[in-house]
Amino acid sequence: MKFSLKPLLLSALTLAFSAPGLAEQTQIAVAANFAEPIKAIAAVLEKTTGHTLKVTLGATGKLYAQIKNGAPFDVLLAANTATPAALEKDGLAKTGSSFTYANGKLVLWSADTTRVDAKGEVLQGNSFHKLAYANPKTAPYGEAAVQVMDKLGLTSSLTPKLVQGESIGQAFHFVYTGNAEIGFVAMSQVLEGGKLKGGSMWVVPQALYQPIQQNAVLLQHGANNAAAQALVQLLQSPNIKNLIRSYGYDL
Amino acid sequence: MLTDTDLQAIGLTLQVAALTTVILLLVGTPLAWWLAHTRSWVKKPLSALVALPIVLPPSVLGFYLLVFMGPQGTLGQWMQALGLGLLPFTFTGLVVASVFYSMPFMVQPIQNAFEAMGTRPLEVAASLRASPMDAFFSVVVPLCKPGFVTGTIMCFAHTVGEFGVVLMVGGNIPGATRVVSVQIYDHVEAMEYSDAHRLAAVMLSFSFMVLLVLNMVNSARRKTGGA
Repeated sequence: MKFSLKPLLLSALTLAFSAPGLAEQTQIAVAANFAEPIKAIAAVLEKTTGHTLKVTLGATGKLYAQIKNGAPFDVLLAANTATPAALEKDGLAKTGSSFTYANGKLVLWSADTTRVDAKGEVLQGNSFHKLAYANPKTAPYGEAAVQVMDKLGLTSSLTPKLVQGESIGQAFHFVYTGNAEIGFVAMSQVLEGGKLKGGSMWVVPQALYQPIQQNAVLLQHGANNAAAQALVQLLQSPNIKNLIRSYGYDL
Repeated sequence: MLTDTDLQAIGLTLQVAALTTVILLLVGTPLAWWLAHTRSWVKKPLSALVALPIVLPPSVLGFYLLVFMGPQGTLGQWMQALGLGLLPFTFTGLVVASVFYSMPFMVQPIQNAFEAMGTRPLEVAASLRASPMDAFFSVVVPLCKPGFVTGTIMCFAHTVGEFGVVLMVGGNIPGATRVVSVQIYDHVEAMEYSDAHRLAAVMLSFSFMVLLVLNMVNSARRKTGGA
């Protein structure tokens, strides 16, 4: 009988790639405000399980449009509760899989260490030319910023000074480069290890805007992906919750 | 049909494109002339620099422009020293960004026309005692007209179609920096698909017309045997 190596090699390869507990990769969509924490979480996930994350950042509304149009994401970490709920209703996410992974906080921030005072009174004055915020149509943090300006009765006086980033990430970039002196950004963007990384900020009181409850949801595309499931579990573990809190989120 | 903000975006886009084209005709022509005639070693690096926006992603250009024009950037510091205020998020800022972005589309066709013409017509003009200025306007410009026409149309059309750079440095301000491409993006992001569709159709017909006119100009040139 002639001995062939081929079937043996093939079965060995198949075994190697289907071994239980072997690392998988998952493609996830993440609201821009969560850019910093997700990096730390990805590192933990890779260390503890070997699974790797491929992250796409953007405004929640934009990510929703992409998923509706067939983008191959396994998990969505939104900046609101409405988008995960809508995806469940659309049949694009696993029913009942939506859960809160963070409650976001809005801050008024400047790269300049003295510009923003502890009460946000800078908004009333004329010491700045440009105020950056995220597009309120697509970014929940932008919507929250609009609510704050409305509540303070400053909408009409601030309108000529507003510049809009496509996501909270771009809004942050405008302020970070100093092109806008101040801006409404996510607390997670300016905090690291519970401390302000630089500049000056006013933590906007919760009474001035609707809570930014951020939900994650397992998408149908990732229903059978081990890495996606591991991420969803990890996000609900006490250690990761502490890590998320250190970026200034409530949980 | 189109909303008021759509019309505002169209008007703004045409203004940015027209101003950029005029500025580049004034700045790009001498630059093209110099590049066509110099033997300096600077020619090659400078030509590469002018051509950069053709290969550079608009996000790279937009990112650097935002830094360069910002309060810590070189241009930003000059602007502030001159008391002119900063450029990002302003109409002027968009025009400045567009001038960088569209430069190769103006300079290259004109430079090619200058090089194709050679020095002979100028020598003849000089022997007939035409001043350099006279020779330029009555000999060079007519002979190189197709290069100027191509450059002008390409520069205008390219500026109208600009997206990445204006998204990066514009700040999406209605009436100041929200041009048509950004307005369409905004409609799509907000899932206002029918609005996006109408405005996109306008852009599509415009782009088609530009290319049609450009082809007609080029074939007319071949028939008359121009430069």
